[in-house]
Amino acid sequence: MGYTVAEKILLAHSDADHVEPGQVVMVRCDVVLANDVTGPIAFRQMEKMGTDEVFDRLKIVMVADHFAPAKDERSAILIKRLKEWSLAHEVAFYDQGRGGIEHNLIAQEGWVVPGSVIVGGDSHTCTHGALGAFSSGLGSTDIAHCLVFGEFWESVPGTIQVTVSGEKGPFVTGKDVILAVISQIGAGGGTDNVLEFVGPGVRSLSIDERLAVSNLAVESGSETGIFPADETTAAYLNGRTDKKWEAVQSDSDASYSRRLEVDFDRLEPLVAKPHNPENVVPVSEVAGTPIHQVVVGNCANGTMTDLRQAVQMVRGKHVHERTRMIVVPATQKIYREAIAEGLIDILVEAGAAISTPTCGPCFGGHTGALAPGESSFATTNRNFKGRAGSPEASVYLGNAFVAAATAVAGEIVNPEKVAS
Amino acid sequence: MVSGKAVVVPGTNIDTDVLYPGIYLNIDDPDLMKPYLFEGLDPSLRDQLVGDTVLVVGANFGMGSSREHVPLAMKASGVRCVVGSSFARIFYRNCINLALPAISCPAAAEAAKPGSQISVDVAAGKVTVDGREFVAAPVPTFMLEMLERGGLIPWAQHKLARS
Repeated sequence: MGYTVAEKILLAHSDADHVEPGQVVMVRCDVVLANDVTGPIAFRQMEKMGTDEVFDRLKIVMVADHFAPAKDERSAILIKRLKEWSLAHEVAFYDQGRGGIEHNLIAQEGWVVPGSVIVGGDSHTCTHGALGAFSSGLGSTDIAHCLVFGEFWESVPGTIQVTVSGEKGPFVTGKDVILAVISQIGAGGGTDNVLEFVGPGVRSLSIDERLAVSNLAVESGSETGIFPADETTAAYLNGRTDKKWEAVQSDSDASYSRRLEVDFDRLEPLVAKPHNPENVVPVSEVAGTPIHQVVVGNCANGTMTDLRQAVQMVRGKHVHERTRMIVVPATQKIYREAIAEGLIDILVEAGAAISTPTCGPCFGGHTGALAPGESSFATTNRNFKGRAGSPEASVYLGNAFVAAATAVAGEIVNPEKVAS
Repeated sequence: MVSGKAVVVPGTNIDTDVLYPGIYLNIDDPDLMKPYLFEGLDPSLRDQLVGDTVLVVGANFGMGSSREHVPLAMKASGVRCVVGSSFARIFYRNCINLALPAISCPAAAEAAKPGSQISVDVAAGKVTVDGREFVAAPVPTFMLEMLERGGLIPWAQHKLARS
């Protein structure tokens, strides 16, 4: 019996002579990532383990992104601790103004290559499946163990194969592919599994869009969402990394726990209604819902592709008087590129507030909280009750076309209505 | 064997955001996390956390964010075990790593009422609710060993001592 991509990567990173779903193995990490929320707790746990030594300083990355720029004294203390620890241990550290949102950042900076194992103290570490890596979100005690030993215990997941077919229609993006998957299997449907994306439709997804797909894998309970490396991956990595890599593909006789299909020919822009990403409907079904705030950004959809899509909707128009719009470029590099391309000016002219790269508005930590009774449309990944401020607020999730069109209309709208 | 009074957390797909809202993530001391456990769901559940307790939960409990604040605050608040239908992956890992047993036993979760006396024999896979015995899904050997060692920190200490 052959192996899936996930199984092959885990096998290559363990001492096991074979792997199968449910088997527990120790898996070696190529990158260990943490942020200002999860890092300091991991450092505490490391202290309790009784050591201050890391396994390999060159494989560790710390990013200040959740409460950065610090929203209060307590947040400032965490960020200070993260920075001091990073300097003391001589590991990579990206401070505010120098990095961005961790997942987009480490992909952009060439830390992630196909076939590698990336672990992070953040559930959206699953994002790196977009580049053909096995990536896993872990808690802080796990991260402490990874910092010390460079490995984590792993119950080998099964693989759900998603075949993407058809031709992508207007205003349909990677975000809609993953919302379609979450809608099919539900918020817990991928537990003990990873997603693997194959099929002719995958070729029309850029790395930016694949990052969005993989990013929301965890919203289906899946550990990650893997795109086996192809020419798009190779082109993205060219000149970005000096790490050696080889594309890993599933064997033709690999065994899958489930197979799903997403057909672009029948896919329109989708929206996840409050308060669970599995509440997915076509945009037409919620059109007309008044929206008080639009957020374009976060680790799912704060890429140049997303900013361009947003600009396509707002160029020469104004954000509706009912609505506030916040745009968060995911990294400093994206921010500068968007300035150079004139996107930021168009967004500001339309009435959007531009934020420095941060996780704040997505997880309700700071920036853009919602009042009771307000509704938000966001390109983020979670619409849990209370996540973005008041528990009496509502969050709708969708792609950047729909979000920006909604900002202009003041209500959820099919982007084709705004574009015409 | 762990035991305690049942605290029932109703609903399925309970996410870690409602269990411990993001605005309080800038706390890294477990004792200081306690006042915010269940804050986005039902803060009155905290009033039931007196003495040793066993949380009784529904399907896909703990989905979403990896925030370890949730099981850290639970442990600090006297929760000895979580009995439920099913658990989200990262929440489950975090529990095992902190030696907080998370046991899948839908029938026991169904039978438990707030205040029920629950005892759990993790190794034997048995959950007793007010004297009624239920068979739990077996805990894989590795996780059992981790729980018996007292979690990932003693496990790591042991490894460091050997090396």
